[in-house]
Parts: sequence; structure tokens; C-alpha cells
Amino acid sequence: MLVAQRTASEPGIRDASAVMATDANRKALAAIGYGDAGRDQDFAAAGPNDLVLAIEGEAAAVDSVIARADSYFARGSGPVAGVDAAPEPRSIAQALAARPDCNVAVISVPGEHAAREARAALSAGLHVFIFSSNVSVEDERALKTAARERGLVVMGPDCGTAYLGGAGIGFANAVRRGPIGIVAASGTGMQEFASLVHRAGSGISSGIGTGSRDLTDAIGGLSTMAGLDALEADPSTKVIALVSKPAGIATTVALAKRLSRCAKPVIPCLLGAESGDADALRPVFSIDEAVCAALRAAGANEPGFLQFDEHRMRERAASEIERMHPRQRYVRGLFAGGTLCYQAQAIFRRSGLTVYSNSPLHGMRELPDPRVSQNSAFVDLGAETFVQGRPHPMIDATERRTRFGHEGSDPSVAVILLDFILGAIASTDPVGDLLDRIREIRDAARASGRHLCVAASVCGTDDDRQSLQRQVRALEDAGVLVFASSAQAAIFCREAALLLARRGQVA
Amino acid sequence: MSIKLEDLVRGDLAPVFVNVGVRDFGESMRDAGYEVVFVDWSPPAGGDPRLAALLDDLL
Repeated sequence: MLVAQRTASEPGIRDASAVMATDANRKALAAIGYGDAGRDQDFAAAGPNDLVLAIEGEAAAVDSVIARADSYFARGSGPVAGVDAAPEPRSIAQALAARPDCNVAVISVPGEHAAREARAALSAGLHVFIFSSNVSVEDERALKTAARERGLVVMGPDCGTAYLGGAGIGFANAVRRGPIGIVAASGTGMQEFASLVHRAGSGISSGIGTGSRDLTDAIGGLSTMAGLDALEADPSTKVIALVSKPAGIATTVALAKRLSRCAKPVIPCLLGAESGDADALRPVFSIDEAVCAALRAAGANEPGFLQFDEHRMRERAASEIERMHPRQRYVRGLFAGGTLCYQAQAIFRRSGLTVYSNSPLHGMRELPDPRVSQNSAFVDLGAETFVQGRPHPMIDATERRTRFGHEGSDPSVAVILLDFILGAIASTDPVGDLLDRIREIRDAARASGRHLCVAASVCGTDDDRQSLQRQVRALEDAGVLVFASSAQAAIFCREAALLLARRGQVA
Repeated sequence: MSIKLEDLVRGDLAPVFVNVGVRDFGESMRDAGYEVVFVDWSPPAGGDPRLAALLDDLL
């Protein structure tokens, strides 16, 4: 939330956080001393519909921020005070009474309330997009079964992005329309795929989000199947890409059967799948490979920016490492995009490298404390631990700024890998939110005899309001190594990790 | 009568959205030129999901 960022940037303020006053958040804040040990009555009475602004800093600075609290919430949208407007409906049923032609519900209420709203939407005959996470598997299955019976689709829960016809829903990038349809389990997976297709000169027909658990055997791919049916029937879709984590065993069989009778080519991109895992689906293993395969199937050329020379990548990594102190050994990834974190782990695993993660791929190690990295580690800052009651790192860089400071000040860290996600709803300047921090920490490293390498990718297009070109240029001007895709940035880091490991053995 | 997903995918019918929750979602779609009805949502039954489920069963 921007209010936390604005507050935290005031002089004398060390940290600020804006969270909804859910029970869990109030308990967490009370545990670190907020609420005056139960004596603060406002704090004790606050509920899930209230916002708590928690500020830490010098007393005078905190008092000053509190006195001007309202000013931090000022923004350019929403109802204008003093102007009469019809009251907004209080429920989906009331919304339908006012506008019977509504056909899609977009639900982003706290997870424990999302299933109830989704049920109401399905009962009213609406397709549903659920951004909320924290919805039980049982509720998800019940909702998707009810949707199928009604000829509807539930996109989510935990769905970040979709494209219906030309309409982007959620964290969507500005991409041209074209012949490639997407069914994707995650928002950032769909964003990266769609943006790369756009940059290659092609476009997207529609994109159906399914939620991260759809292909597990507990759900059985109900939304994936609905998405495939719709895209297969759509005359403007010539090829379909399916981007997901690997499917459950039973669901893989059902999916293979479905794909074998699909009238259009389908490119399954199963991130984290191992050879032999899903052979029946003949998957590709990275989003870049999926983009190239989809372009080929659509009769378009593969773009030059997705071709790279591994040898040159290794040389580039070597020239960075030459400048480093011998104690610098580890790669740390701080991701806003969960799927990009997952993909990076898959790229490391295929070269036999192991990393720690708070969201570990099979065969990787779980970080005992997601807030503290060890060895080489990839952290998904959009994971539940970091976003419960807080804004996602694609919107608010506060958590990543802090974490970047910790990682960059660690003398054992050699490379920090970052992703920046552009598009609707995301921060208006994702790179700008972090850039001064990157400069500050790299300068401090240099002053203590270390060369800190920062590698990054930017997901988005020049038609996004943040402008891909502008964001990339700002990073490059600050000495950050920018790669054409998240997979390429991870491959660079893999080469660096292999060289660092070899150097460690020699030393 | 429900609208088929195929009709929205084909673009034969423009989506008309109901936004329930964070306003930014609805605003981004409205800014892109789509019609959005905003629900002024608050947690049902004072934020107690179990009580809300009981009320749903009663109504």
C-alpha cells in the first residue's frame, strides 16, 4: 500500500506498515509491542474492515506523521466529497438488480470471505475471477464443480491475471490481440508469457487464469478444461499455451487425453516438471521455450531477443565474478512474481544446483525462516507469509527494499536477482521504487571492498503505463544487468553460481 | 441466463464486471473502457465467516 511507502520515506521514520486489522495481524502487531498491551481501545476494537498504520521511528517524527495521517491517504480516485452519487450496491445481488447484464465477478476480499462471494456470483450466473488466496481446497473444488454444472468458469482462487477477449483483468499487461490463447495457473506466468509474445510482434486472443491448485488431483483441472474448451472453440485462437506447475498423476492422464483430442496445437509449459514426469504431455520447461514453441505453431518467427549464446552468458558472469571478494559466494533472488521464483529454481535444478527457498521446488531446500536467507536462496516475496494483510510486492516495494538491504549487506552475497512486473494495478514505477536502495547498497558494498552484482528482468511491454523501455533504461543506468526475460536472468545467475561453486572448491 | 465463456473469449460480448473487494481491480478495468459495477463490500456478520455461513443457511 502506497501509504506505508509514503510514511516510511518521512525523515525520522525507520519503518511503516499498513495492514488490515484482521485477528492475525492484530496479534502479530501486539506481539511486537503495538496496542499498548491491550490498553489502546481503538486498536483493540479494530476489525478486518479497518486499517492499521503501524509506524516505528523517533517520537517527534511519529507524532508528526500521526498528526498528518489523512494526507498520506490522498489519492486521485474514488467518490468526490460533496458530490451526490447513487449509493453503491452492498452485495452482488444488489449489483445485478442495478445492472442485470453483468457477466463477470472480480473478487478480491479477504480469503475467508471469498468463497461466499463466489457462491453468490455463480448463483447469479456470473463467471468468477478470484484474486483472493487462502480459500480452502474443499471450497475451491465445490465452487468449480458448481461452475461446471452451470456452464461457468472460476478463475482462481489466487488468480492474478486473465484476458477475456481484449479485456485484461487484474495484473494484466498491455498486449496486442493475436492468435495465441493462454491457460495459466498463475498471474506472473501469464504476464511473462503474454508480454514476451507481444514483444515478439504477435499477440494474445484470451487468457484464462485457473489458480495455482487447479491441476492438482484434488481439483482435477476443472478450470483448465473449461479454458481449453473455450479457446478451442474460439476461431481467432490458433494455438494454446498451458502454463502451470506439474499436474497431479491422475490429472496428467486426464489432461493428456484432453490434449490428444484438441483440434488446435497445445504447448504445455510445466514449470518444475522433471523429465519423465509428464512425458505424455510432451512439455517444455520454461516460459521462453513455450513462447518460441507457440510462435512457431502460429506460423511466426522466433524473436532474436529470446536467442542467446550460453558461452557469452558464462563470460559475462565470469567478468562479474573476477571483480568480487573471495568471500562472496552466494546468489540471492528476491522475487515479486511467484512463478518466476519457481522457474528460476527449475533452471538451477536442471544444472544440479540446490538453493533454499520459502517456496521450494521438489528437491530444493526450505528456508527455516522465510525472512532470513542462507547460502544461495530464492525468496518469493508474494508468498502468504509476506502478504497476509499487506499489499503484494508488485504494488508496494517496502518489504523488498528492506530485504535488499539485508542481502546486499551480507558479505557472502555475490549476486542479487530481481524481477520487476509492470502492468495494471502494479506500482506506477516498480524500478524507481527500488533504485535508490540498489545504488545505496552497492555503494556501501564497494566501500567495503565488494563488487555486488545485481541482475534483473522486467516483465511488461512498452504499452504498459510504466513503459518497459523506461524501466529497463533506469536499471541499466544504475549498472544493473538487465536480461530479456526472467528465464535468461536466471540462466545468467545459474552460470554465476556454477562459477562461484568452482571458485570455492579451488580456494 | 448465463453468458458462455466462449462468447466472452470470442469478444462477441463485452464483459461487464462486478468488482467485489479492492477497488484498484475495478478501476483498472474501468480505465481501460469496460463497464464496472462496484460493490461497497464489508465483511458479513461483523467479519465472522461461521456466523455468515449460518445466516446464509437461514436466508
